Order: sequence, then C-alpha cells, then structure tokens
Amino acid sequence: MTLKHISTGPSEVLVELEALSKSFDGHVAVRGVNLQFYQGEIFALLGGSGCGKSTLLRMLAGFEKPSGGRILLNGQDIAHIPPYKRPFNMMFQSYALFPHMTVEQNIAYGLKQDKLSKTEIDKTVTEMLKLVHMEAYRTRKPSQLSGGQRQRVALARSLAKHPKLLLLDEPMGALDKKLRGEMQLELVDIIKQVGVTCVMVTHDQEEAMTMADRIGVMNAGEILQIGSPHDIYEYPNCRYVADFIGEVNLFEGRILEEEPAYVIIEVPNLERPIYIDHGISGPGGTRPVGVAVRPEKMRMSAEQPDEQYNWGKGIIDDLAYLGQHSIYHVKMSDGKFVQITQTNDKRRETPFELEQEIFLSWNPDACVVLEK
Amino acid sequence: MRFKFSNLMLGLGLAFLYIPMLILIIYSFNESRLVTVWAGFSTKWYASLLENEKLLEAVGKSLQIAFFSATGAVVLGTLAAFVLARFKGFKGSTLLRGMLTAPLVMPEVITGLSLLLLFVAMAQAIGWPEQRGMLTIWLAHTTFCTAYVAVVVGSRLTEMDMSVEEAAQDLGATPVKVFFNITLPIIAPALISGWLLAFTLSLDDLVIASFVSGPGSTTLPMVVFSSVRLGVSPEINALAAIIIGIVSLLVFASWFYARRVERARLKDIQAMKNG
Repeated sequence: MTLKHISTGPSEVLVELEALSKSFDGHVAVRGVNLQFYQGEIFALLGGSGCGKSTLLRMLAGFEKPSGGRILLNGQDIAHIPPYKRPFNMMFQSYALFPHMTVEQNIAYGLKQDKLSKTEIDKTVTEMLKLVHMEAYRTRKPSQLSGGQRQRVALARSLAKHPKLLLLDEPMGALDKKLRGEMQLELVDIIKQVGVTCVMVTHDQEEAMTMADRIGVMNAGEILQIGSPHDIYEYPNCRYVADFIGEVNLFEGRILEEEPAYVIIEVPNLERPIYIDHGISGPGGTRPVGVAVRPEKMRMSAEQPDEQYNWGKGIIDDLAYLGQHSIYHVKMSDGKFVQITQTNDKRRETPFELEQEIFLSWNPDACVVLEK
Repeated sequence: MRFKFSNLMLGLGLAFLYIPMLILIIYSFNESRLVTVWAGFSTKWYASLLENEKLLEAVGKSLQIAFFSATGAVVLGTLAAFVLARFKGFKGSTLLRGMLTAPLVMPEVITGLSLLLLFVAMAQAIGWPEQRGMLTIWLAHTTFCTAYVAVVVGSRLTEMDMSVEEAAQDLGATPVKVFFNITLPIIAPALISGWLLAFTLSLDDLVIASFVSGPGSTTLPMVVFSSVRLGVSPEINALAAIIIGIVSLLVFASWFYARRVERARLKDIQAMKNG
C-alpha cells in the first residue's frame, strides 16, 4: 500500500467544465463552475449537503442536463450526450447493484451492452474480480454479500468498461466507520493500479484528504478553492474553507500596517496584535480581515511571553484528554473561545488545569489572512 | 390453556369468516334439492354440475375474460404507473394520477352505466363494437382493473432504488433496455400480484358485466345470481366448493413457495455471517 500518491509529472487536461451551471425550478444548484480534471488524478468535490457537489457529479454522468455551460472531453462538448453513450462510469452511493443478477452478471452487464463476445466478457469479468479480490463470490447474488463486498463488486462493475472517467458518489457513505479507513486506501490503490481518472464526491474531509490528489471545496453551488490536501488545509483562501476543513480559530481584526515583507493586524480580543512575516495580496489600506490559526499551531504557557506580537491571555474553560493529544477550550478576555490541541509527547499529567490562567502564542508563519 | 380475551376474539373472527364457507361445502354434499334441509350425504350435485353445460360454459367464459382482462390491465397499469413514478412533474401529472385512481372509488353502477352508454354511442357512431358481448366485458374489466394494477405496481416502483436504473443506463443500456432488463425483473412480484388481483376482481364482477354484456356472454356471477333468484340449485354449492378448493390450493402453494424462498434467504445470510 502506498500512503502518498504523487501525481506524475505535468498532466494533460482530460475533462474541462466551462461555466457549468444547473438550476431546478429557479433554485440554483451549481453556479458557473470552471474546473479541469487532469489525466490520471483523483479529484474530490468536497462540501456540505446541498452544496451542489452531487448535482455536478450527476451532470458529469449525464443524469442531469446542464442549464448552461459546457462539459468538454478532450475538447469535445458532451453536455448533451445521454448517460448510456458517455465513456464515464459511476459507482453509486447505494452501489445500485442489480439484485436479480449474480456478481458475475452484474459486472458483465456493461460489457454486454457493447456487444462483446462471450470469451472477451468472461476474460474481463475474471480480471475485474481478481482486481477487487472477489474471485470466490462470482456466482453470489448481491443480497448474499456484506457491505464491503458489495462495494468491491460495484467498483469492479464501474471499472469493467475501462471508462475514461470514474465517478464515485460518496464512496464510503454506506460503510461503517471501521471499514472506511481500510477501504479508502484500497480504493486508491485499485484506482491508481488501473490508472483511471477519478472524480469523487464526499462530505467527509478526512476521506477527501486521504484519497484525493486535488480537492475542490464547494459551497452554495460554487467552487471556493481548488488545491492539494496540504494547500487547502494550510492555505485556505476564505473563511468558509478554513472553517470547513479541520478545526480553526478565527480572529477578526483590522490591518494596522501593511508592507511587502510583513503585516500587522490589530485584533480587539487579543492582548497583542498579530504579526505575519510575509506580505499579502489585497486592495491595501486599513480594512477588516480574518486571521486563521490552526489549533495545533498554538502554544500554551503559564508565563507571559516576551514577544511583542502574537499572543493572548485566557482561562482554560474545558479540556479533553484524548490519549495522543489533548484539546483545550480557552476563554479569551472578551468571552470568545479558542481551541488548542497539544500533542501528549511526554508521559506526564496534563500540565494545565481547568480555570487556570494561561497565555497563548504562535509563530508569525502559522497565521493565514482571510479577506473573504 | 389459560383463557385469553384476544384468543377468544381471534377464534370468533375466524369462525365468522369461515363458517359460512364451511356450511356451503357441507351442503354441497347434501342429498336434498332444498339447500337448507340436510337429507344425507351425496355427491350427485357434483355429477350434475358436470352435465350443466350452461354453468360450465359460464365458468369458461368468466375464466377467459378474467385472464385477458388481468393481462390487459397489467400492461396498461404498469405503463401508467411507470410514467407516474418516473416522469415526475410533467404537465397534467396530478390530473393523470387522479383520473387513474378514480375508478377505485367510483361506484360500480356508475362505471357500468357509463361504459354501456359509451359502447352504445360508439356502435352508432363508428359501428364498433358491433354488439355487446365478451369483447365489451373484456374492455370494461380491463378499464377498472387497470386502476388497481397501477396502484400495486406504482407503490413497488416508488420504493425501488432509482439509482439501480441509472446504473444500468450508466453502463450503456438505453432506457428501453433498462426497463426490460432491470425494472421489469425487479418489479415482477408486483406484476404477479397485480395480475392475480385483477383476475380475481374480474372473475368476481357482477355489476359492470351485467351492464355491458350482450346475448351469449353470460359470466359465472351472472348465472349464479340469476339462478339464486329462481331458487338456489345445490349445483351452485358444488361449484363454489370446487372454487374454494382450487383457491385454497393456490394459496397454500404460494405460501409454501414463499416460505422456501425465505428459508433459503435466511440460510444465505447465516452462511455469510459464518463465512
């Protein structure tokens, strides 16, 4: 198993979405999305329910007709080609296996539509069953399989026709939590082994970060940010993304000083202003901005820091010891809460107690300025 | 066994349902011509039933009409249910849904009378159907049975996972192929129960058939009803006993089949858990 799959070299665009939009009875589900999927990558559309990610996937599959815009496959618009003529295959959230057919017949169904010979179909089915380690279940009916086994069959069925694009709709949605972790890595392994380009939809950020090469965060029908899991987590471009991916502490403040090499931001509920050791792009001038600091990038101390910037004072309101790390909820002087995670890398009692007054600090490079 | 109120009610309920049938069967073996007086055991009414050509002919006609009405109703009802379940929100879908289910609550007298008027008007206007008979009864029964089939099949269609159909399309099957390869096999049990329901309704119908029948197309309920008015012949009892026997056999057979399927399923699940 490979944990980190590095995308190979400069890739070419396989599918391109141009100003793609969809509305249902006046309600806009997808709003002018521009997006490119590269050959061989796994792309995750990540967002809460109702953000339009599923509609986008269904437009790719051909189940929904776009209200506007184009879907280009190798430069050709396929937006109005029906699903049964598209070289895309989808693995459904419910797996949608045909209940009256055996595993073998399920996998062969797509191949039969292409009028392949029986020997060819047999060969591909065997190959697919081997790929998903389900050779022993060839003649079973879907009702005789467990959830994980059904998922393997569904994957084999959607890969059997060697689609140009594999679509995964909430691939782990129907599995229990324990199976998810294993299947996520195995699914990535199989997809990379086949080399198929893959677009998946999920609301689970952990799943997206584990499986995808690139993530597109969606909200209200729009794509807010596209980037590698690392980029999205470390450099969110707006408050929504920062808040949606992982935990974050947001300080609202105003820019005091803005220079190409540094920025100083005044935050009313912090004892000291925030100092950031790099310039930011923006309209310039004094304006309200948000500053995001991840909980694990904060330090706690009982003594007041010597630094001129980047610290605040608070009282520990709540703490949770979770074994490998502890979570502290600190009530700042203005009553707002800040969350801090501390790795328990030393075997000792929790160093801080409830109601204790402590000081929070962080490095200048831990902050991200959010204008939107 | 300890006395239980619920057991007593169960017994009473079952007795209320089945004692009349039991009496009917017992009296079919009655020697006497009088239906209500017991005069010793005999099977002579069964023998005379076999010679009563009028009655047997009516049985044959009724079975024929029921078979074709059920088949016609399944075809039309399934199509209507499919359109209503899968093409939501087209113009007039609510109206179609209402009109489709209206025959369920329409008094049979009204359905029968309106169909009669329609057939008469059609015969005058276009000369078809020339005269009323088996054809008009079949048309009438198909009409009202379609509503029942549409309800049975429609509920199965709405509870069916639509993504299964989408998956088939996604794998390259045209919508027509999807319907025959995927949808039909999955809803087949509903088609069968819809067909059986329509068959029973048609076999049972007296009112509508009386309105739209013509010379030489007397169905079984019509024969039974008219002979009862002239005084019941015990032959009717014999016929009823045979029908009850056949229905019981069919019910038992379907129960036995369903139990076998269920057991096989449970065994599979058990095997899966162990293996």
